[in-house]
Amino acid sequence: MSERKDYTNGPLCLSGRNLTRVFGTGAKQNVAVDHVNFDFHEGEFVSIVGESGSGKTTLSKMLLGLLNISEGEILYQGKPRDISNRKKLNEYWKGIQPIFQDPFSSYNIFHKIDAVLLDCIAMRGGKHLPYEKKVEMMTEACSFVNLKFAELTNKYPFELSGGQMQRLMIARIFLLKPKILLADEPTSMVDACSRATILDMLLNLRDETGMTIIFITHDIGLAYYISDTIYIMEHGKFVESGKADEVILNPQAAYTKRLISDVPKIHEEWDLSTVEMNNTL
Amino acid sequence: MKNTIKQLFHSSKFVIGFVIFVAILLTIIIYPLVSPGNPLEMVGVGTFARPGTYVSLYDAVTTEKDTFKFSDADEKRLANAISDSDREAMLALFDAAAMDYSSIDVNDSNALIEFWDANYQTAMDTAKLKKSQKRDLRLLDSRIQALKAGETFKVVEEVDGETVEISTITKTDYVNTNKVINVRNLPLGTDNFGRDTLRELIAAAGVSLRIGLIAGIIATFVGLLLGLLAGYLGGVVDNIITFFTNVLSVIPSIVLLILINYSISQELRGPTLCALIIGATSWTWTTRSVRSQVISLRNRDHVNLSKLSGHSLMRIILTDILPYIASYVVMAFILQVSSGILAEAQLSMLGLGPKTTTTPTLGLMMNWATLYSAHTTGRWWAYFPVILTITFITFSLNFMNTGMDQVFNPALRD
Ligand SMILES: Nc1ncnc2c1ncn2[C@@H]1O[C@H](COP(=O)(O)OP(=O)(O)OP(=O)(O)O)[C@@H](O)[C@H]1O
Ligand SMILES: [Mg+2]
Repeated sequence: MSERKDYTNGPLCLSGRNLTRVFGTGAKQNVAVDHVNFDFHEGEFVSIVGESGSGKTTLSKMLLGLLNISEGEILYQGKPRDISNRKKLNEYWKGIQPIFQDPFSSYNIFHKIDAVLLDCIAMRGGKHLPYEKKVEMMTEACSFVNLKFAELTNKYPFELSGGQMQRLMIARIFLLKPKILLADEPTSMVDACSRATILDMLLNLRDETGMTIIFITHDIGLAYYISDTIYIMEHGKFVESGKADEVILNPQAAYTKRLISDVPKIHEEWDLSTVEMNNTL
Repeated sequence: MKNTIKQLFHSSKFVIGFVIFVAILLTIIIYPLVSPGNPLEMVGVGTFARPGTYVSLYDAVTTEKDTFKFSDADEKRLANAISDSDREAMLALFDAAAMDYSSIDVNDSNALIEFWDANYQTAMDTAKLKKSQKRDLRLLDSRIQALKAGETFKVVEEVDGETVEISTITKTDYVNTNKVINVRNLPLGTDNFGRDTLRELIAAAGVSLRIGLIAGIIATFVGLLLGLLAGYLGGVVDNIITFFTNVLSVIPSIVLLILINYSISQELRGPTLCALIIGATSWTWTTRSVRSQVISLRNRDHVNLSKLSGHSLMRIILTDILPYIASYVVMAFILQVSSGILAEAQLSMLGLGPKTTTTPTLGLMMNWATLYSAHTTGRWWAYFPVILTITFITFSLNFMNTGMDQVFNPALRD
């Protein structure tokens, strides 16, 4: 980590200007994302940290062009994003791909795993490659996330565990190699050990391809471990942002401080008095 | 897919429904092959012949005879020969002669006849009766005596003004029904037009099922198409479709059916047109439920991923939405078929069904049975089997549907 290149000053890749999303109207109105501003640079590893319901997924769906924007705008590579027609939208989607939060709803249960991966190869123009070559590519992508393609082939997604599904989603990204990856808690169901391996692999992928990774999480410790830049989100607003070191070591917002203090510290002794109290209950 | 079908056959409800339905279907297909004939042919002159086996009397007379002396044949014959009014006349005579007949069971014809033989003469002598009454009683007695004696019938033919005796029929003559050329089975008798009710019923079940199928296919197709479009596209398309669906579903479909069918002349209303009309008025609830299912599906991330992979609208609907609702659509289709059959029955009962005398349908059979008061005169065979058939068809379809629901909807699985 010490010889990390500085990615925070690269060319602009994705920016938000007063980006807002409102759900519902009248009394039921809910401002899920509230006038947020940001600049993500090429190759930057950005973490968006916030607790449940703070608007992270809503923001990512807007960035993906899956959810209409209520107010503000998104700049793509410095210019206002134009996804006004199907063709432009498809072009935009070649550059930005997601890993969704819920792996169980991310798969079409009627399609085999092979179909998911073959689809990615086809999207990258490899539709007419010989089948052996395709298998080679799929095997490589699977081993990238510690999966064995030979064990997955001809299986249906629902035959996999949640963690395996999430890893397969990352394998999909490996095949697609988009310019921007929007990863919404991509490792929430993976054990801690594999998580570190996978995240390191994502970093490697970034280093190899210059992919911008927008990493959504509520784990500020994890964000500190991998990201260049951290955005802290509370109730739809960015309350603090900056380089990872600055935000974590010198937090300004009360919310950030609270998030940091909530991170469990393994080296600390258990508070025996509370343990005893619980036992007597 | 294969697994689901296997599971279906583990559901007892589905199996019961399926077996009944297949049995009905096979009957509809096989019966006309085994016993060909026009189901609408008016074979009977007169209305409502009772169910039973009909032996041609004409052919029986000329059929080769066998002789049997069954000991109880006479008894049976006598028992049947005395009508209720005969019985009353006999008892009136004994009353008039002040005779005590309490020792015998007056309903037992044989005992009564025995008593009659023993006491007839004395009763006639002692009783004070009018001349006409005496004459009637004498006639009755001679009839009884003739029966006992073994009256024979002579079959004669007129040839050039002369009567030639062909054969004599005695009480011990029998013919084997297998040898009689014309023996007809009418298990359900005939209807008001003298048509073979069973044959008509089987043909009608076929036509009604076809009406149900056509109506079901139309309703499901239209409902599915509009539901998919409204649910997936949303926005203006959704608003327009939802508006029409709501307007149509506010009006009870039977009212709509009555109005439409009333405006088309009887001559033009064939079963197919009726099926079309029924289908065209019953798609609304399929649309509504498909729409709501699609709305919950279109926000699933696998649909989002498919969009992000650049798949076309058509492909997303066909591969990412349709498979998820396919089992539901099959279930909706089955229900549409069964409600289509019921709708035809309702319409025909009101006299607004298909044109009457050219095709039989279950509804038309009910309609005719009602018009000819089969239900008030105890001609059960003209309407009860029809009700039973409608019940069995809809019951089997609904049972299959419940069975499918259990397999496709894990929440209902036990
Ligand atoms: N389709 C929707 N319609 C109405 N409200 C919505 C919709 N999607 C999200 N919201 C609301 O927007 C707010 C933000 O939701 P969002 O899913 O973005 O949170 P999140 O930060 O991703 O939370 P989590 O960490 O639990 O995933 C919540 O209050 C949620 O109720
Ligand atoms: Mg979320």
